[in-house]
Amino acid sequence: MTEKDNAKAYWKENIRYVLILLAIWFLVSFAAGILFKDELNTIRIGGFKLGFWFAQQGSMYVFVVLIFVYVRLMNKLDKKYGYDA
Amino acid sequence: MMHSLLVEGFGVQNWTYVLVGITFTIYIGIAIWARAGSTKEFYVAGGGVSPLANGMATAADWMSAASFISMAGIISFDGYDGAVYLMGWTGGYVLLALLLAPYLRKFGKFTVPDFIGDRYYSNTARLVGVICALIVSFTYVAGQMRGVGLVFSRFLEVDINTGVIIGMIIVLFYAVLGGMKGITYTQVAQYCVLIFAFMVPAIFISIQMTGNPIPQLGFGSQLADGSGTYLLDKLDGLSTDLGFNEYTEGSKSTIDIFAITLALMVGTAGLPHVIVRFFTVKKVKDARKSAGLALLLIVILYTAAPAVSVFARTNMIETVSNQPYANMPEWFKKWETTGLIVFNDKNNDGLINYVADEAKNELVVDKDIMVLANPEIAQLPDWVIALVAAGALAAALSTAAGLLLVISASVSHDLIKKMINPNISEKGELIAARLAAVVAVCVAGYFGINPPGFVAATVALAFGLAAASFFPAIILGIFYKKMNKEGAIAGMVVGILSMLFYMTKFKFGWFGGGTKADWWFGISPEGFGTVAMIINFIVSVVIMKFTPEPPLDVQEIVENIRIPSGAGEATH
Repeated sequence: MTEKDNAKAYWKENIRYVLILLAIWFLVSFAAGILFKDELNTIRIGGFKLGFWFAQQGSMYVFVVLIFVYVRLMNKLDKKYGYDA
Repeated sequence: MMHSLLVEGFGVQNWTYVLVGITFTIYIGIAIWARAGSTKEFYVAGGGVSPLANGMATAADWMSAASFISMAGIISFDGYDGAVYLMGWTGGYVLLALLLAPYLRKFGKFTVPDFIGDRYYSNTARLVGVICALIVSFTYVAGQMRGVGLVFSRFLEVDINTGVIIGMIIVLFYAVLGGMKGITYTQVAQYCVLIFAFMVPAIFISIQMTGNPIPQLGFGSQLADGSGTYLLDKLDGLSTDLGFNEYTEGSKSTIDIFAITLALMVGTAGLPHVIVRFFTVKKVKDARKSAGLALLLIVILYTAAPAVSVFARTNMIETVSNQPYANMPEWFKKWETTGLIVFNDKNNDGLINYVADEAKNELVVDKDIMVLANPEIAQLPDWVIALVAAGALAAALSTAAGLLLVISASVSHDLIKKMINPNISEKGELIAARLAAVVAVCVAGYFGINPPGFVAATVALAFGLAAASFFPAIILGIFYKKMNKEGAIAGMVVGILSMLFYMTKFKFGWFGGGTKADWWFGISPEGFGTVAMIINFIVSVVIMKFTPEPPLDVQEIVENIRIPSGAGEATH
């Protein structure tokens, strides 16, 4: 594989990770916390209505996890393609 | 009040002097230790900051007086709607970590206009970048100085202008002396101060009200009084009884909530003083990691804030609603003298009638005082109240310093070194950077003392502007190799102008003004950054189709920044 192909393949995998993670980012905030909040609010966990909880708590926890997952995935990917120097 | 009897001799004000004095001494000590000797140290702290230190500095840089003082207060009045700030000001870090920070670090420059100018091979693009950075940063910094003045005037009972000037001198000291290096390490200390100051009262009150020491869980728990009622249900009940919306429901339209949240997220990812922090780490992987750490450290405060809102709101309603005015505690009277609590006994019954109906409501409470007054409302010890003052100052000063650095670097590096006098020596540029910082502090202080009436309104404008200008230009610059200078410049200019038009029309009544009913698609000026961003993207792509491709060497640069290895030192 030439250097150019290598870079292309790396970029393609990176973009795939980014799209998947951004889909989750959208789901927990815009979908669960805003668009489908009323439906989720019929479910309760302790004192929290679920839609309200996603909007004011849950989405933020997931954001943190998403970034650390990306960090791990990319560190692995960098190694796989020899870009970890 | 037991505690005040025990420490009667010392009191809130003395505690505040002690705590503020100690923290300020620490900041100045760090500033002297971390003096900057080169432009590289001044702009990017030498480029060798560890991911954890950078994460803490970013968190302090990001969390301003607005996060520390205003946010929980706004949420406690807006209920569910307050989620736009919580999601908006944290979700932007996901965009930053996944789409911007690693590539900008690889690009290896000192400032955001630097990236814009080089990627779009054009000094016009650079100039547009400089103007945007200056507008965004100045509107933001004026609000910070005002926050400093407020805290001084309420807790140390000095004149608000004296407070602003004291704040100016402190910031001047470590920003001018230490540049990014001094700022980074003082911000690390400031993060510790502000998170401690925010969490201690939150934990105290959570235990008091629900018996749960973790505020994030406490506000979803049952009350500690053994009634078995959930705190949020009680607050929903109290709110509807007084004629307000249910706390967990809110009142804004779904499309507006959506637009504001997105505008704040994208604006966060496009703010130059946040982006520039990722130029200070060593490697591309450090940039990703420190974005994660920054968000983790921010989320500690951001998930506690809505809990504080619920505690404060419940406590406040229970303390004042239908109670005799004569029985109000000391904090009520103190805030009355600042004009931030106003009571007007319309029906002359001596009771405080706090209801949603404006004609009957007798009490107006400023949203900004909820966090500051919260420990007093909950009758916490004096040192906790003083701690909140020190924390608020840490939050305001750290953000002000970060913004001042962006302003000074834009002038000395992007304007003078890159456009006006490329032959300037390293020493000359460093002097210019320091002078620019001095001028910027003075301008910020002036606006802090004489706030233009629209400061509050223009804070949202800072996010809208960043969303409408930088975000699309940087994203396209990284992910769209064929994006050329014509497209990017046109996009930024049209994006900013449409944002300015909408804001001035609906906030200041220019261009014929308008009311809520006239909003386009029901989107408020705060949320219009989302629309302006989309306009920017569309204009950029359309113009690009009709203009020449970028030169091949620029396209190669874009391919190169997508590969993480070999991120050199930041260069001129």
